[in-house]
Amino acid sequence: MRFIVIYLIGVIFGTGIVLSGMANPAKVINFFDVAGSWDPSLAFVMGGALIVTAIGYRLVFGRARPIWEGRFNLPTARNLDARLLGGSAVFGVGWGISGFCPGGALPALGTGKPEVFIFVAAMLAGIFGARYLQSLSRPGPKVTT
Amino acid sequence: MYETAFTPWASLGGGVLIGLAAVLLMLVLGRVMGATGILAGVFAPASTYDFSWRAALLLGMVTGPAVYWLATGAMPEVIVPASTPMLILGGLIVGVGVTYGSGCTSGHGVCGMARLSPRSIAATLTFMATTAVTVYVVRHVIGG
Repeated sequence: MRFIVIYLIGVIFGTGIVLSGMANPAKVINFFDVAGSWDPSLAFVMGGALIVTAIGYRLVFGRARPIWEGRFNLPTARNLDARLLGGSAVFGVGWGISGFCPGGALPALGTGKPEVFIFVAAMLAGIFGARYLQSLSRPGPKVTT
Repeated sequence: MYETAFTPWASLGGGVLIGLAAVLLMLVLGRVMGATGILAGVFAPASTYDFSWRAALLLGMVTGPAVYWLATGAMPEVIVPASTPMLILGGLIVGVGVTYGSGCTSGHGVCGMARLSPRSIAATLTFMATTAVTVYVVRHVIGG
């Protein structure tokens, strides 16, 4: 039962992603191409998602705890460090080259397009390569994302 | 260069669904809907339960195009302007970046920004800027 509900939440997310255009690299790249074939659609994606999430989170955080867990499991780090900003800067370069971000690419796998599988495989290699490097430089507790 | 149609209503509707999914996940599991964290966690789960909910969520995401097809009669458009080597390079860079940056467009850009997290706001502004610069360089400097 729980997993059916969680599956359906994934369906809502995936359907939203493909409907919005976030799963289409041509559209994503055009959003950033103000100097060329600009397509401002993605501003509406971010706007719609942010308004709903900001209001919805406010309502949910009025509860003592989530329905199936003992507590909210939220990121707690507060500091703006070089790792956060450098990593994000690097991510943007990859997003600009490929037109895929992780949340856009995962639902796009469902279209069966070979390009999406190639991208996701390369992205997984990047994720686990980076995790390996992190484990070398910081022995001990694992980095959670 | 690929022209794409301006789709304010579809994009707004899609954004609302993305937000709805993020809110529902927070309501039931108390977790942020970040594609990076959910995906990476499925390969290194803390428990069988941890693996199961992540796998269920990912399976649901992949079902999105089928739902779109059922509703509209057409598969969603996925046009990849990048060549295969550039796509692989981009994928590697994205994987490294989201790991060091602790998140991506969904985790930082939607969930973190909605919580007014200073880290997520800084991360989002940073990757939006470098994405824009990269697109400009690829399209108008190299591709010019």
